[in-house]
Amino acid sequence: MPRTGPAREVAVVAFAQSDHLRRTDELSEVEMVMPVLHQVLDRTGLKAKEIGFTCSGSSDYLAGRAFSFTMTLDGVGAWPPISESHVEMDGAWALYEAWVKIQTGEADTTLVYAYGKSSPGPVRDVLTRQLDPYYLAPLWPDSVALAALQAQALIDAGETDERALAAIGARSRAAAGANPHAQLSGDAVPQGDYQVAPLRTGDCPPIGDGAAAVILAAGDTARRLCARPAWITGIDHRIEAHGLGLRDLTDSPSTRLAAERAGVFERPVDTAELHAPFSSQEVVLRKALGLGADVLVNPSGGALAANPIMAAGLIRIGEAAARIHSGASDRAVAHATSGPCLQQNLVAVLEGERA
Amino acid sequence: MTAAASSAGVLRAPLVVEFPFTRSLGPVQSAFLTGLRERVVLGVRTSDGRVMVPPVEYDPRTAEEIRDLVEVGATGTVTTWAWNGAPRPQQPLATPFAWVLVKLDGADTAILHALDAPGPEAVRSGMRVRVRWAGERTGAITDIACFEPGEGGEEPGAPAQGAAYDGRFGDPVTGIVAEARLDYTYSPGRAQTAYINALSERKTVGERCPSCHKVYVPPRGACPTCGVATTDRVEVGPAGTVTTYCIVNIKAKGLDIEVPYVYAHIALDGAGLALHGRIGGIPYDQVRMGLRVEPVWTEGGRYPDHYRPTGEPDADYDAYKELI
Repeated sequence: MPRTGPAREVAVVAFAQSDHLRRTDELSEVEMVMPVLHQVLDRTGLKAKEIGFTCSGSSDYLAGRAFSFTMTLDGVGAWPPISESHVEMDGAWALYEAWVKIQTGEADTTLVYAYGKSSPGPVRDVLTRQLDPYYLAPLWPDSVALAALQAQALIDAGETDERALAAIGARSRAAAGANPHAQLSGDAVPQGDYQVAPLRTGDCPPIGDGAAAVILAAGDTARRLCARPAWITGIDHRIEAHGLGLRDLTDSPSTRLAAERAGVFERPVDTAELHAPFSSQEVVLRKALGLGADVLVNPSGGALAANPIMAAGLIRIGEAAARIHSGASDRAVAHATSGPCLQQNLVAVLEGERA
Repeated sequence: MTAAASSAGVLRAPLVVEFPFTRSLGPVQSAFLTGLRERVVLGVRTSDGRVMVPPVEYDPRTAEEIRDLVEVGATGTVTTWAWNGAPRPQQPLATPFAWVLVKLDGADTAILHALDAPGPEAVRSGMRVRVRWAGERTGAITDIACFEPGEGGEEPGAPAQGAAYDGRFGDPVTGIVAEARLDYTYSPGRAQTAYINALSERKTVGERCPSCHKVYVPPRGACPTCGVATTDRVEVGPAGTVTTYCIVNIKAKGLDIEVPYVYAHIALDGAGLALHGRIGGIPYDQVRMGLRVEPVWTEGGRYPDHYRPTGEPDADYDAYKELI
């Protein structure tokens, strides 16, 4: 059965992000987020009050601040009361909610933002709190450890080796040389020691703080706000079982199914922005998405160059859209992930109209 | 909370967040964790006949309720591993170990745990391992202290692998207490740092919105109405007006204040919104809207201990009605 496209045309019309930094002690979360909100609004000329729906993604656990998302809403200017929502997830899922809101006809424009301030806490330990509380959380298996189990499974299966993984990190940070917002860039970042073997420092994402924002608009509004809108021609997200021992860690059926539903395989893509916080996860995603050598993967540097948790997935969509806006890409796939070892995956296809 | 200024003038303070959740167990989880206490490993048979360890209450594919318990071995095979050279504080072993996924004999899925091994050269996928039981067992996943290399034989009486198990134990575990503590270093940001620094000089400093001109006390760095940065610092008070109040009749745990007492919203002179504080120096039943008050500082206090009447005439209602 041919895929039915979305009822309304929706495009990313603007994207902005902060510089991603190891620490931002001098800024509260709203002080970090607000300049990004202003930038993304400025790019469209819209005022906050003209936005039909606002949705954000963040996690209070990262900085240890209860209800921090209500305080960052201060940076939007939410009075008179706006139509608003929040997901305790990566902002890519906030974007999905905003896209659905436009599909329902209740909004023509949406503001989506996400932020993560990981510097105040022990983020590897913090992320253990998202795991099964009966069988996993009491063991405190940190995010690097779980990714390392996946990496070893890939090596055992003959799908990669440590040298190939190191090359992914090096390629990502070299590409980030062209990204002024990246936390790590250039050829000089050493691969370093094992964090949890087989993963070395260079296979792991930097820990840092950052924010990003995107504006979505429907149909002619998008054409008015943006010279070359990045049309979201398909978007879908899928989740796998939470038990790690139930899954084949060398594959990502959820990514593949989301990609199929989003229409990735209908025509070739020229660019992919993949949310692979660990080098080994890029191996899994390339396979699931069927990406050949002709596809430019993570020209932004990806999450190995900057990984503000809860924003890094939204940034993949924003970076892919920015390449459509500039004419550097005509058809791009953007991916976001959530949970350990690529448990949940969102895939979006972005397309520009040909001149 | 103790605060310390770094060389850059940024305030920092330790912030401890604890989550002592008490969680109840379903019948399958209860049997599994009680089994661990009794040194028996149980799995559950899924609707397609596979044996899941650790077991769950509902089939991950069909969502059917699954209750068919099966005993599996305390020995198994490593399916993947990762060498942890620097264990983090709350992990199962304090010395370097391998994280492992282990498919126990008789199980079709793998369980995550630690493997105590001398070094990464002693670990590989496919190796045989056995459970090392914790000395003291309470009915928790940590009743498995870790795995260790080798075959079974530690336990008297070989387990009846694959045999149906009634899952009945005396005194079954019905819940777990999931302790968790996370340690943060909190920094309040630009606006709140300025506010806290001014308080240390017994001054209350708000910030004015450049767009709507409202003065926020305490400032948070953004005007929530206009969505712009508040930048102009404005000293407010020290006196203010009670805009509304309540009488507290129940003594809070650990609070050394006699009840009843009055807790009030106080609009400091020049502030665009009220902050809250306790009212003292006046019988609780004489506090009223419009009462003029001033802060009372105690020796070494980092913020006003309470507010007391100034003795001025009450403020006119029109002067504070927008701030209620």
